[in-house]
Amino acid sequence: MVKAEAKNLSFYYGSVQALKNITLPILEHRVTALIGPSGCGKSTYLRCFNRMHDLYPYKHYEGEIILHPEGINIISPEVDPIEIRMRVSMVFQKPNPFPKSIYENVAYGLRVRGITKRRLVDENVEKALTEAALWEEAKDRLNDLAFNLSGGQQQRLCIARALATNPEILLFDEPTSALDPIATARIEELIHELKNRVTILIVTHNMQQAARVSDQTAFLYLGELIEYGETKTLFTNPKEKRTEDYITGRFG
Amino acid sequence: MEHTDKYYEQELKGLKEVILKMGGLVEEMITLSLKSLTERDTDPGEAIDQREREVNSLEIDIDDRCLQMLALRQPTASDLRFITIGLKIGKDLERIGDLAINIYEQAQELNHEPPLKPYIDLPLLATKTQAMVKKALDAFVNQEAGHAQEVCAMDDEADDLNQKIFQDLVGLMQKNPEAVLRGTRLITCAKHLERMADHATNIAEQVIFMVQGRDIRHGRSL
Amino acid sequence: MKDLKTLIARRKFLDLLFAIVGLLALMVGVFTLLALIIDLALDGMSRLSLSFFFSYPSRFPEEAGILSAWVGTILVMFVTATTAVPLGIASGIYLEEYAPKNWFTDIIEINIANLAGVPSIIYGLMALGLFVYKLHLGQSVLTAGLTLGLLILPIVIMATREAIRAIPTSIREAAYAVGATQWQTVQDHVLPYSLGGILTGVIIGLSRAIGESAPLLTIGALTFIAFLPDPPLQTHFPFFSFEWLLSPFTVLPIQMFNWVSRPQAAFHLNAAAAGLVLLVMTLTMNGVAIYVRYLFRKRIQW
Repeated sequence: MVKAEAKNLSFYYGSVQALKNITLPILEHRVTALIGPSGCGKSTYLRCFNRMHDLYPYKHYEGEIILHPEGINIISPEVDPIEIRMRVSMVFQKPNPFPKSIYENVAYGLRVRGITKRRLVDENVEKALTEAALWEEAKDRLNDLAFNLSGGQQQRLCIARALATNPEILLFDEPTSALDPIATARIEELIHELKNRVTILIVTHNMQQAARVSDQTAFLYLGELIEYGETKTLFTNPKEKRTEDYITGRFG
Repeated sequence: MEHTDKYYEQELKGLKEVILKMGGLVEEMITLSLKSLTERDTDPGEAIDQREREVNSLEIDIDDRCLQMLALRQPTASDLRFITIGLKIGKDLERIGDLAINIYEQAQELNHEPPLKPYIDLPLLATKTQAMVKKALDAFVNQEAGHAQEVCAMDDEADDLNQKIFQDLVGLMQKNPEAVLRGTRLITCAKHLERMADHATNIAEQVIFMVQGRDIRHGRSL
Repeated sequence: MKDLKTLIARRKFLDLLFAIVGLLALMVGVFTLLALIIDLALDGMSRLSLSFFFSYPSRFPEEAGILSAWVGTILVMFVTATTAVPLGIASGIYLEEYAPKNWFTDIIEINIANLAGVPSIIYGLMALGLFVYKLHLGQSVLTAGLTLGLLILPIVIMATREAIRAIPTSIREAAYAVGATQWQTVQDHVLPYSLGGILTGVIIGLSRAIGESAPLLTIGALTFIAFLPDPPLQTHFPFFSFEWLLSPFTVLPIQMFNWVSRPQAAFHLNAAAAGLVLLVMTLTMNGVAIYVRYLFRKRIQW
C-alpha cells in the first residue's frame, strides 16, 4: 500500500533545478532507500517530505507529494508545515541532540504539542527510548546531559526523539555516516524493527547499506529518477544501464 | 565503461582469462581422448594426464579468485552474476575433463581388441559434443546469449544420437554375445559424451543468466 | 639527512625567538598595567576606610567621601541595564531570527556596528537635546541611565547576534523537525543556549558604561552632590517610589575628575582612592563575565 507518493515533483534552489519531475511511490511499512552519487538530489528530495526547505529562502516547489490516506499535498502552500512535521519525523546525518538531558531531548516533541502531564510524558519517553533500543542504557541516567552519550547512543537518542511523537513516516538522512561499524549495524537492525510501525525513507551514499536495509530502492542521478524497484532485483539485475554502471562502481 | 577501480577491473579480466585457459585445455583433452577412440591411437596418454593436472589446479584457482572477489569487492548486478557463474563453469569444465579421461581409459581397453564395427554415429556424437563445448565457451567469451541458446537446442540432438547408438549396440550384442564387452564399453563412451553435452548445456544456461539476468534452468521459459 | 637536521634546528630556533618576542610584548603590557595599578594603590590605599565609603564630598579633603558617587554609579547602572538589556536582546533576536535577509537588514547591521564606535560624547550631546530639553527629563539619574543605555545598546545587540549565530543550524533544524514553531524554537533553544554569550556581552557593555564620564558631564552630572536621591522603597504608601529617577546625581568617574582638578594634593589622593574602587568594580564585573562564560561553556559544547 502506498503511504506517500511524489508526483511530477520538481524543486528549485533559486534558478537551479535540483529535482526534475520525479514520480515515486513510498510504500507503507517498508524501507525505501535513495541512492545516487553526490549532488544527485537525494537529500533535497528527502527534505521535501517534511518541508525542511521552508526554513531557507529562495526555494520553489512544483508538483505534489500526496500523503495517504487523506490525500493531502505535503508541499502545497496551504498546508501548514508544522502539521506535516508532526506526522513526518527526521533523523539527521550527524547526531544532533539538544544540549539538554536525555529525558528532555525525548520529551521535547511532546512538550511542543502541549503534553505536560508528568506521567504521560514519562510513559512516552520510556516507550520511545525502548523502541530506539536505548532504554536499558539510559534508564538510570535520564537526567544526564545527552552529550555524555557515545556517538551511536546519541544517534539512537535522536531516533527516540523522532519516535516520541508517533510519526507516520520517518526520514533518515545518511544516519550512520558518522558512526563506527558496530553502531551502524545496531541502527540498521533498529530500522528493520521499526518498519513494522512506521514507513521509512532513507538516504544513503553507502550502497551496501541500501542493499542490506531496504525493501525498495530508487536510484537518482542529477535530479532525475533513473530507476525504482525491489532492492533485490535492482542489485542483481538492474534494468537501466546507468543504474548498473553506478552500482558496479563504474562511475559516481 | 570500465570500473573506477583499475585493480578490480584487472581481477575480473584475470578470472575470465583463467576460465578461458581452462576451457582451452578441456577442449584439447576432448580432442585427444576422441582421437584415442576413433583412431585407436594410445599415444596421447601422457598429454592427457598433464592437461588434467593443470585443469584441476585451474579449478582451484578459479574458486580462490571468485571467493576473494565476493568477500572483498561486494560485487553487484552483472559483476555478481559473472563471478557466481564463474564458480559453476569451473566445476562444469572440470567434470568435462574427467569425462574425457574416462573415455580415454575406455579407449585404451577397446584398442586391445579388434574393432567391433565401423564407428558412424559415435564420431557424429563426438563432433556434436565438441562443437557444443566450443560454442558454449565462445558464448561466454563474447557474452552472447544467442549462441548459448543454440547450444541448449543441440542438447536434444545429442540425446537422440546417444539413444540411437545405444539401440544399435544393444541389437549388436543380442546377436553376437562375444561383442558384449566391447559393446558395453562403447555404450559407456557414448554415455560419457552425452554427459559432456549436458555439462556444455549447463555452461550455456549460465551464460544466458550472466548476460540477461534470466534464469532458464530446469525448464523455466526461454 | 644532515641538511634536514640543520633545517629543523634553524626552524626550532625561530620558534624560540618568536616565543621570546611574544613574551616580551606581553610583559610590556602587563607591567605597564601593574605599574598603573600599583601607583594608584600606593596613592589611594591610605584613604580607603569605612568613612571614605560613607561620607559625602566636602571642602576638606580628609572628610570627603564617595558615598553619593558610588550610590549614583549603582543607580545609573541599574537604569542603563534596564534600558539596554531588554531592547538589545529583543533587537538581536529579531534581527537574527525573524528579519528577512535583504539589503535593508544589511544596512541596519552595518549601522549598528558603526554606532558602537561613535564617540560617547556624541551620545551626551544627543541626550542633552532629546532627554534634557525636549522631554524635560532633567539632569537626572534617568537621563544618565538612558544615555548610557543607548551607548551600550549596539554592544548588547552584537553580542546577542554573535551568541545566536554560534548555535549550529543542526540544532535549529532538529527543533523544527520535531514540530516546533519559530517562537517555540527561540524560547526553548535559541535563547537558553545563547544566554551565556548574551550575558557576557551585557556585562562587558556595563563595565564600559561604568567608566564613562564624557556623556554624563555633557548632560550635566554635578560634581558636588552632598545628598542621596530618595530611596526607592518607602515605609509609607505607595511603598515604591520613582522619585530617585529624576534626582540629580554624580558618579565615580566624575567625582574623580572633580578631585583631580583641585589644586590641593590631598584631593588627588582621594581621586586615587576613588579610582581604585572604580577599578575593583570594573575588574569584578569582568571577572563575573568570564565566570559566566565558563559556566555556560561547560554545559554546551558545539
